[in-house]
Amino acid sequence: MSQAATVAAPAAPPHPLREFWIHFRQNRGAVIGLAAVVVIALLALCANLIAPHSPIAQFRDATLVPPAWQAGGSARFLLGTDPVGRDMLSRLIHGTRLSLLIGLVSVSLSLVLGVTLGLIAGYFRGVTEIAIMRLMDVMLALPSLLLAVAIVAVLGPGLVNAMYAIAVVMLPHYARQTRAAVIAEMAKDYVNASRIAGAGTLRIMFDCVLPNCTAPLIVQATLGFSSAILDAAALGFLGLGAQPPTPEWGSMLASALEFIQSAWWVVTFPGLAILLSVLAFNLTGDGLRDALDPKLKR
Amino acid sequence: MFGFFLRRASLIIPTFIGITLLVFSLIHMIPGDAVEAMSGERGMDAARYARLVHQLGLDRPLYVQYFDYLGHVLQGDLGHSIVTQESVLHEFLALFPATVELSFCAMLIALAIGLPAGILAALKRNTVFDYAVMGVSLTGYSMPIFWWALLLILLFSVTLGWTPVSGRIDILFDLPPVTGFMLIDSLLSGEPGAFRSALSHLILPAIALGTIPLAVVARMTRSAMLEVLREDYVRTARAKGLSRFRVVGIHALRNALIPVVTVIGLQVGTLLAGAILTETIFSWPGIGKWLVEAIHRRDYPVVQGGILLSATIIIVVNLAVDLLYGVINPRIRHSS
Repeated sequence: MSQAATVAAPAAPPHPLREFWIHFRQNRGAVIGLAAVVVIALLALCANLIAPHSPIAQFRDATLVPPAWQAGGSARFLLGTDPVGRDMLSRLIHGTRLSLLIGLVSVSLSLVLGVTLGLIAGYFRGVTEIAIMRLMDVMLALPSLLLAVAIVAVLGPGLVNAMYAIAVVMLPHYARQTRAAVIAEMAKDYVNASRIAGAGTLRIMFDCVLPNCTAPLIVQATLGFSSAILDAAALGFLGLGAQPPTPEWGSMLASALEFIQSAWWVVTFPGLAILLSVLAFNLTGDGLRDALDPKLKR
Repeated sequence: MFGFFLRRASLIIPTFIGITLLVFSLIHMIPGDAVEAMSGERGMDAARYARLVHQLGLDRPLYVQYFDYLGHVLQGDLGHSIVTQESVLHEFLALFPATVELSFCAMLIALAIGLPAGILAALKRNTVFDYAVMGVSLTGYSMPIFWWALLLILLFSVTLGWTPVSGRIDILFDLPPVTGFMLIDSLLSGEPGAFRSALSHLILPAIALGTIPLAVVARMTRSAMLEVLREDYVRTARAKGLSRFRVVGIHALRNALIPVVTVIGLQVGTLLAGAILTETIFSWPGIGKWLVEAIHRRDYPVVQGGILLSATIIIVVNLAVDLLYGVINPRIRHSS
């Protein structure tokens, strides 16, 4: 009796979330990336409170004011003003809102559609699978920006159409990944067990199989955020995405092009904002992949 | 080998048909009127409209229109530009060398820096050098290249005055197009300074376009190299007393390059997409700039043809990489 009591009960395995955090934490870059993502999200949420001015208010007496630390700058406009006298800092802060919105809308849209298509292809196999996956192959044959440009050419330029275009472009990646994961899961015993227990098709698809395929999808969705931000900015830059005076980073860059020689700040800051947010999501995504991928776990 | 070739080659046919379907339906998905879109005319009278509908074949069933379109495409007839009235294929072929030249040089830069950086990072794993290479390549991978191109212009053209801002060669030179590749043409012309001028025009766009492939190649080489260095045959080679150079350069590198070759092939798509942005910024007269201009002018035959041709090139290059992969790696050839 007493001997049994001295043997300590085996420690309960840590909660999956806790285990995930232990792995994620080891990657310093990923933690920095995640912190940056949180900051970006906070900036976007509180843009109205943080931004010193309205993003579209034009201060006609203060056009192309340099940043505060440079000669001629003023503390009123920390990062200077653009050619029509709008505060750069405020526009950049409001731009985080748009970039996150673009990421959120296009990633969710393509995630829902892509996962459903992949689930159908992987579950039913046969002709359905061939039809869906061939279509996805066709879409993958076109480089993402080219396909997005083609879609915007059809739908017409604009922020909303750019979001649709980006969603369509990302769709094959989710469909492929889901299909591969579903096929692997379908061969496992628990699927057969639930079928024997009388679970219907939809229940098996969404309730049994899908939750076990989420890890690669989470990684893909995080990385999808960065490519969505990048593609939206590229479309905005080409004049095919958000239209002025929307404070979207890509279109801000495009409209400041002619001042590249006289006012470096109107070109430098929007690009830096794009780079930093894309970098933040890429770092987080890489960290998630390392932490969630059981093959890499040591 | 021939069977492997045929099997892989037959796979691209459905993809090509899919792309023609996609491009064909593009014109029918445009909001508004297809006749107005295809002819570029607005507010025409009923008689002219009816004649155009017939002339463009829009009064026939969709499947007939599609097979007609496919027939024309297979014969190399991609229609005519609304703006210039020139054959789309002709325009494409005239501009394509410029894009190839730019992409080729971009890839060359990417490989010249990316491969050694990746190999060294793998050999010096977990050192400052390794972290620096990985950090820089992640930044390069996240870089909005249109902004990067502007920064390069700002530094090298505006501030330092080392390179010109746009175009392929100084307007003072009037070179006869022989190959379509400015670097070669300028050498052939024998005019003093022409090659130098062409090179100075090329360098910035090539760096901008090569940045993302460079980052990808460096990352891929590093991870492939790390994997290979752990293999038994590398340990054996080392145990035999071979020099470090021989072990890394001959035994490890050859196998590590297999996944890298695939990645290089996949970058062709990235290069073509990047060309859209890079060419627009540097006024480089290639197909990327041509496509963007066609979209802004609503020149739909050009948009259709340009997308179809770019996609076809990407499919063919990917096929070539696939085949090359089979040549370097017999395991692939025999398993499929």
